[in-house]
Amino acid sequence: MSSSDERHDNPQADQAGVSRRNFLKGTSVALTVPLIAQSEKVVKAAGADVPVYGPDKVNITLTVNGAAKTASVEPRVTLLDTLRNELDTTGAKRVCDRATCGACTVLMDGKPVYSCTVLAIEAQGHKIETVESLEQNGKLHPVQQAFWDNDAQQCGFCTPGFVMACKALLDEHPTPTDEQIKLGLGGNLCRCGTYHGIKGAVAQASAGMKKLKGGKRNG
Amino acid sequence: MHKFEYASPTTKEQAVALLGKSWGETEALAGGTDLLSLLKDYLVTPKRVVNLKGIKELSSVLTPRDGSARIGALASIEAVRDLGRGFAALSQAAAGITSPQIRNMGTVGGDLCQRPRCWYFRSGFGLLAKDESGNALVPNGDNRYHAILGNDGEAKFVNPSSLAPAFIALNAKIKIFGPAGEREVEAAKFFVTPKSASEREYALQPNEIVTMIHVPSTLGVRSATYEVRQREVLDWPLAAASVALTLDASKKVKTARIVLGHVAPVPWVAEEAAQSLIGKTISEDAAAEAGRLAVANAHALSRNAYKIQLASVAVKRAILQAVS
Repeated sequence: MSSSDERHDNPQADQAGVSRRNFLKGTSVALTVPLIAQSEKVVKAAGADVPVYGPDKVNITLTVNGAAKTASVEPRVTLLDTLRNELDTTGAKRVCDRATCGACTVLMDGKPVYSCTVLAIEAQGHKIETVESLEQNGKLHPVQQAFWDNDAQQCGFCTPGFVMACKALLDEHPTPTDEQIKLGLGGNLCRCGTYHGIKGAVAQASAGMKKLKGGKRNG
Repeated sequence: MHKFEYASPTTKEQAVALLGKSWGETEALAGGTDLLSLLKDYLVTPKRVVNLKGIKELSSVLTPRDGSARIGALASIEAVRDLGRGFAALSQAAAGITSPQIRNMGTVGGDLCQRPRCWYFRSGFGLLAKDESGNALVPNGDNRYHAILGNDGEAKFVNPSSLAPAFIALNAKIKIFGPAGEREVEAAKFFVTPKSASEREYALQPNEIVTMIHVPSTLGVRSATYEVRQREVLDWPLAAASVALTLDASKKVKTARIVLGHVAPVPWVAEEAAQSLIGKTISEDAAAEAGRLAVANAHALSRNAYKIQLASVAVKRAILQAVS
């Protein structure tokens, strides 16, 4: 986590000199002993040398939002925890941590997955997209804009996961039927109960994304 | 979860060589949708996790023109969601897994090998749900989601697989690979009721893996899965039934298979109910009678008598759905 690639998610606090996140990061860096060990051995299996990693930290490379990112994690560490704790992409949220609520949803090779239930080490070689990839040049993605316009969030904790699940749904079905919406968003929960707003957001984003892509596709 | 070492072999021969000879030493990782939760809850504490997803040959789905299917164990649940008409029971069961994240990550082999959802098991009381003094917790506990059939032994949990009843109804065979090579079992015989907490609920040795599920020709087969659930999404069914029927020229039932899910420690083959349909034209009455016969030997625990009616209705509706 060098200072050059930090996200500035709170410009006002940055102008004031220090944000809460940067303050916490500063203190944790001071307490961390930079011990990075490459833990790999080779086991003979069926006549072949198969590398076995861990149980201590191993260096991994993930492709997150188009950029190659390296981290040093134990094989037991999930993709979600690596994104949040090692790579400073905190959009995906840790809520149930048991493949149930959907707050940690990211896209892996374009498909929605629960990042709490993928090991970081097995996510190597796959294209990971988080909610951070959606905003382009200060402009919200049509799905994000539609969530804003339709009041599709209250506390907001489920929102990044819902936004990514919606994006995946609309990428596959630009004009989804009710059944496709049910099957496409059935893996995300909102405890505030904003489903009505989310349904409106899907309808608006569906029109918005068609416009973005030239409006030629149909579901 | 405890620390473990991780390997990602590229052949099934390597995979089984990396797996341990006794349960608990190692775990095979497919989609991870169940295994990661088991690891996080310390219900399994392997020294090594063997990722099977690097074995590319295990994820293919072949549907030749003879109406059969060869489904790789690592094919995603999403991949079997639209296999076509003859596989309706399977597609409907896959669609019943309402989370796209689970359908994308979860594998067909993983669905068959997932561990029971019994909350005593998930809370660390073991597969047979006993307290420290060895007293069974389910009979006098909160057993509203437990077994109503096949529950006379110590195992009271229900088999959680969504796809297993459909595979059994379609007469599928499960291919298994181990150190001694390949073997094949009928889907119905893949599931076993464990007699001790250290056994598993399926007929795999610790160093064997499921490689493929072979569904014989479904030409002329009418099949369906009907699930009764508390919520529309994100939940396991309370009871489910998969049926597969063939009809003769006069629309009378020639062959029938009826398999219930979520009612017993194994997917429950309702032989007598299926036999009752032979030679009959499917009607609401015939379907209801089969539903009644399917639960004729059911035995409710203290809080799950309601499931008997749900299972009976699931059978009736699955039969009617198959011929509609």
